[in-house]
This record gives sequence, structure tokens and C-alpha cells, in this order.
Amino acid sequence: MYRLLLCFRYLRTRYIALASIISVTLGVATLIVVNSVMAGFSAEMHERLHGLASDILIECHASGGMPDPDAHLAEIRRVVGDDIEGASVSVHVPSMLGIDFNGQLITRHVNLVGIDAATYDTVSHFGRYLIHPENQKQVDFNLRESGFAENRENFPASGWHYRKARVAYERALSEERARVEAMNREVEKLSSGRPTATSATSQDGLIEDNAAEDLASAGPLLGPLLPPEMNGGETGGVAAIFDPATEQYPGIILGISTCSNKLRDDAGNVRDHYYCRPGDDVRMMFPSASENPKVLNQKFTVVDLYESGMSEYDSTFAFVRLDQLQEFRGMIDPISGVKSVTTIQLKLVEGADLNAVRDALRKRFPPDTFAYSIQTWRDMQGPLLAAVRLETTILNILLFLIIAVAGFGILATFFMIVVEKTRDIGTLKALGASGSGVMSIFLSYGLLLGIVGSGVGLLGGILFVDNINEIAGVIERITGQEVFDPTVYYFTEIPTILNPFTLAWVMAGAVAIATAASVLPAMRAARMHPVTALRFE
Amino acid sequence: MSSTLTNPILQARGIRKSYYKNHIELPVLRGVDVAFARGEMSALVGRSGSGKSTLMHLLATLDQPDEGEVWFDGQRVDNLPRRGRDQYRNREIGIIFQFYHLLPELSALENVLAPAMISRSVLGYFRQRKSLTARAEAMLDRVGLLDRKTHKPSEMSGGEMQRVAIARSLMSEPKLLLADEPTGNLDTETGESILQLLRQLNTEDGLTVVMITHDDTIAERADRCYRMQDGLLVDRFTNEPSQDAATSPSARTSDQSPAPSRAVSAA
Repeated sequence: MYRLLLCFRYLRTRYIALASIISVTLGVATLIVVNSVMAGFSAEMHERLHGLASDILIECHASGGMPDPDAHLAEIRRVVGDDIEGASVSVHVPSMLGIDFNGQLITRHVNLVGIDAATYDTVSHFGRYLIHPENQKQVDFNLRESGFAENRENFPASGWHYRKARVAYERALSEERARVEAMNREVEKLSSGRPTATSATSQDGLIEDNAAEDLASAGPLLGPLLPPEMNGGETGGVAAIFDPATEQYPGIILGISTCSNKLRDDAGNVRDHYYCRPGDDVRMMFPSASENPKVLNQKFTVVDLYESGMSEYDSTFAFVRLDQLQEFRGMIDPISGVKSVTTIQLKLVEGADLNAVRDALRKRFPPDTFAYSIQTWRDMQGPLLAAVRLETTILNILLFLIIAVAGFGILATFFMIVVEKTRDIGTLKALGASGSGVMSIFLSYGLLLGIVGSGVGLLGGILFVDNINEIAGVIERITGQEVFDPTVYYFTEIPTILNPFTLAWVMAGAVAIATAASVLPAMRAARMHPVTALRFE
Repeated sequence: MSSTLTNPILQARGIRKSYYKNHIELPVLRGVDVAFARGEMSALVGRSGSGKSTLMHLLATLDQPDEGEVWFDGQRVDNLPRRGRDQYRNREIGIIFQFYHLLPELSALENVLAPAMISRSVLGYFRQRKSLTARAEAMLDRVGLLDRKTHKPSEMSGGEMQRVAIARSLMSEPKLLLADEPTGNLDTETGESILQLLRQLNTEDGLTVVMITHDDTIAERADRCYRMQDGLLVDRFTNEPSQDAATSPSARTSDQSPAPSRAVSAA
């Protein structure tokens, strides 16, 4: 009983000891903040990494892909059918994206993916990252009227509305140009009689190309003097009736970073600048699937943008319809009608062992026979995930070292207190207290200090985590430095996850360190000879 | 073999104790035989360095003799296991110190309760806390400090602190009080009141009191007095003339290892 009473009294009267555990408090608070932010980050990252990457990815590296995906899927289901929740086939092909922006051609290297809209959402979170709310529910490769990202600031007008307005504006512009051109020519004819090169090509930034439909479609820009309808009449074919104001090319969904740029304006606010938006036409160049690959050049109409928050994905992916891409690339056998794909994506049921499924599939499709690469999403993002894990581990070790340093502070303070309490220890022993009883006074004192210190740290840490975005805002106001730069990170606010298990072990660790630090002083107190202690001045 | 001390409450037999400093032996007690009679108030008197405090520590089992035995109430206590000695100090005897040795964090009442807390587990203490508190308050009342029970030692005078210490030593109903210079740190008047209190406890409750002092005038207040010098008991006398006055000046123990029975029997 006296142990409890005394250690509570010591706790209340020895402020120096409370000062010595401030470092424990700070250590615990920092550990909690760091762990929850790291957990938030890595969960967010997992979510995003996993969002597009399905659980298991089977890629065929042959340019022609693997024929007859249905047979493959049937075989896969036979091998690991129990674990499979969803499957989707797609065609991945490296390609070049060309965007006409203010008369300049902007090119980007992208990974063109032909997806089966019906099944693709079963293997990844593709849909939820689209910026049109309707497309989030059901992907549609037809351009929508409007309503893109209505909650997004500064998002330019998009959709059919924009397309029609743009076409009308361009037509008016080219008519005006043609008029000026004609006048100029007349003037020149009058002045020198020498014909000059027209500015037709300089006005058009897009690469030269001979496809009839492209010629027509680029209409207003390429169109030398006449509107495309009239122009189309000359070239004939399908393109003859293509009207950009009412028609579109095959739909394409671009990763948002392939066609935009995050920049700060003068006021320091981060703004997105778009090179193209839903309603614009872009050009894709990609190899055909034949033995002697040719570069195919195809125009697409942007129907939506895709923003997952992972810059790696946002800047490298473009999605089109699987059947269209197969057709463009010649991946449909003209005789049998069998289609080929390059990639099979699998979604596994909750709790399935990714690696086991991967290994089973690898066994079924051995790499020396099949040119398939079978990977889990963790394999693909392995280095990144490992880096985050390593970072978390190292931070934890460092912060626990801080608490350990605090432990030595407690040790020193406790030795001081034991020396100061020498006579009291002698008194207690004279009154019949045992050595272990005296020891437990100081051990429970250390325990209590640890609990108080880490408890305050816990509360502080949780409060900090709860208000981390406000705190970041305050720091930003004071220092003028953005804590969390949205041009670098894709998060508008700092993601945090408070894991009760983490809280528990951080608490336990800190309390254990504080208690361990009091063991030596407590042992010294226990071993103190009562007579020496009583005589201590 | 006199009949008066055939059954002493506390007895030391052939106690030797040396301290070592740099491997040099410094003998403090060189064979002390002493016995304290039940119900008496005795005094051990001697100059500082005579070994009287060491003897008291040995009697209280705070330290262990190199040689010799300590007997309490017919039982040898110096060789008891640690736990047994702790219990002996806690229950059988009460100790009073020159510097009071109250715990500064605790109030007067809590200080008095300390021995009871030490001997009981948390649960045991809580079960009995009403009766224990009542007893502690009675003890404080006994020393006249009930109205100061919430005061901390730092808020009390020396005499008051010594009274609290006495109340504490009485808490576990001991049979024997060991007082190490109980008035050594007090002025004459306060010391006098403490002595009166000890005498009162001796006469009213029949408590055996063993008092250690360097002051002959205080020693004279005791029933019986033992003089120590250089680690030996050199003199023994009774203060009350009615009781065997003739022994007082003459009863000396010999230097060399007197038999315990002889030292006792002479009294």
C-alpha cells in the first residue's frame, strides 16, 4: 500500500521527474503522428497503386499478343478458379500521343490500353478515377454533352458543347483567314505578281498524314480554304461526311497528366493547365500487330480524363475500346475471327493468397514455353512498397531511439531521486519494508511516469493527427512555405490513419522503456543498507 | 543468575561488530552482553563513537553482528531470514530516531499509518483502513497531535515531529521501543516533554523502552542505565535508590568476553 501512496506522492511532488519524461511524451506523440501519416500515405498509395493494377497481371510480350483469350481464361479458371473474382482482357501497346495545342504538336509517350469496358471495372478501380460523374458509374466511350468535373475549379468547358463551339470558332477563324489570305494574295499579285507559300502548313501543327479521314477531320486547321464538308466532297469516302461538330472519332480516355500541367500562378495557387480536354481530338501512333509492324496513325476524340493520383499512371495511360484497338492493330484473325490480347488481368477474392495464385499460374504457363510475365501488383510496385516500408521502419527505429534517450534521462533523474530519498528508504526499511518493496516503489514510479508521459503523448499525438491539416495550414501561414505541396503530392489534404494496434504498441514500448530505465535506480534503492541510509545526510 | 532478568525481553549476547575501511578493521563493538528487562525504561549511555548506536542497530536487526546473538522475547532474531527481520522491525518493536525520519511526502496521519501499510497488501489495507485510521488517530491523540493530522512534517516543529514519530512507532502495538537519541535534536524543554511522554508510555502501557543517549542527565531519567565505552559495556547502574542501589557503581563487566549470564545476573 505504501508503495502506491508513495509513488503517487512522488509523482505529484517531483516536477523534475515530470520534466524528464517530456521527451517520452514528445517521442510518443511524434511516433504516433509519423506512423499515422505514413500509414495514411501508404494506404493511399496502395489504394492508388492497386486501383489500376489488378491483383494479378498476365502480360504477353509478343507484339501480336496471345490468341484466344477465352481459352486462356477458361484454363486459368481451371487452375485457380476458386480464388478468382473477376477477369478482364486488354491490349497494351506503347504508343505516342500527339496533341495539337495552339498550333504546336505536343507529343507524349503513353501506354495505350484497349479495355473491355464491361469487365475492366471488375478487376480494377478504373471507373472511379474518371472525372465525368456518369462515366464513373458506367464508362462510355462516346463523348458526353457536358458536366465534366463540375466540382473542380478551373476545369475548362468540355464535352459536345465545347466541341461544337470550338468547331464553330475555328471555322469562323479559318474563313476569316482565308479571306485575309485571299486579300493578301490579291495585294501581292498586284504588287509583285509573285505567288507566295501559303500558310496552310504553318497553321497546322499536326503531323503530316495521308489518311483520308484525318485529312478531313483536321478540317478547320488543315483545311486550306474551304470548310471540311466541301473539302470532304473532293476526297470522298467516309471522311466525306465527317463533321466534327456532330461526330467524333473513336473515344479515348487520357491520363490527366498526359495532357495537363500543374503550375503555380502568380498568386501561388496551383492550377492545372490543359493541353486538351474532353471534346478535343488527339492523334495516337502505335505499331500494328503484324510480323512487320507498321506505325498506325489514328485519331481519337478525348471523351474523358483519368486521374488516379498516381503520377506514374496518370502520365502514362490512355484507354480506348478493346475491340477498336484490336481492329486497328490487326489483332483479329481475318479467317477464324479469333481475337488476340496482350494482357489478362485477374481480380482475386478477398483473402486469397496472391503469391500462391501467381505461382500456380506460373507453373501452368512456364516462362520457357510461354512468353508471359505473370506478376502480382505487389511485384510490380515492389520497390516502391518496400521503400515505404523501409522508411516507416527506419523512422520508427529512430523515434524509439529518441524515447530510449529519454529513458536515460529518466535513469539519471531517478538516480538523483533515489539519492535524495536515501534517508526515507532507510526509514522505510527500519519500519519493516522489504528490499523488494522499496524497489517496487521506484519501479511503479517509473511505470507511472511512463504511463503519464506516454498518455499525454498519445493524447497530443491523436489531437495533432486529427487536426493535422489545420496545423499544416497554420505553419503555412507563419512560414509562408507550403508544407504539403500539391504540385508534388496528389493529395489535397494529408491522409492519416490511426491504427489502434500501432497506438497500443507505441504506448507499451514507451512505458516499457520508462520502466526499464527505473530498474537500475530501483535496484540501488533496494540494496541500500538501512543503517547507511539512515545516517545519510 | 538473578531472578529479575531471567526472562529479559531483549538480550544481546557477545556481540562483536567491526567496520572495515581500506581493509583495516575498526572494531566498534567488542563483545557486548546486555539484557533489557520487561517493562523497564533503560538507557544506553556513552560518548559518540562508543558503539551505542551500532548496538541499537543490531538490536533492531538493521544490521547484523559479526559475532554474537540477539534474542527477542525468547527467540533469536539476528539470524532470521530477511523477511523475518522485516516483520520483527515492523511488528515487535518501535524505533524512534534522533532526526525523526518522517516521510516528508506524507501527512502526520499517513506517517503514523506507514507501518500498517508496509505490513499489509493494498487489498488488506483497504479492508482494514477504517480500524487502522482510527488506531492511527488514537495514537496521534495520545501524543497530543490529533489536530495536526493533515500537516506535513515540513509544517511541524521538531518536538511535534518527534511526537509523530513516537505515534508511528506505537502503531503496530510493539512490546519494545528503541529510541536513538530521541531528544538529541531538541531543546531541553521539548526534550523534557518527549521524555515525559516516553515515561508515560512506559508506566501506563507497560512498554519497555530502550533509550540511547550521550547525555547523562537524560540517562538518569531511566530506570536502569548502561554505560558504553570503546565498544564495551563498562558500567551498569540503576537510578532508583529503592532498587538495589549498591550495584550501581561497582557492577562492571570485565574487558574480555564476559559471559552473557554474568552480565545479566549482576543486575
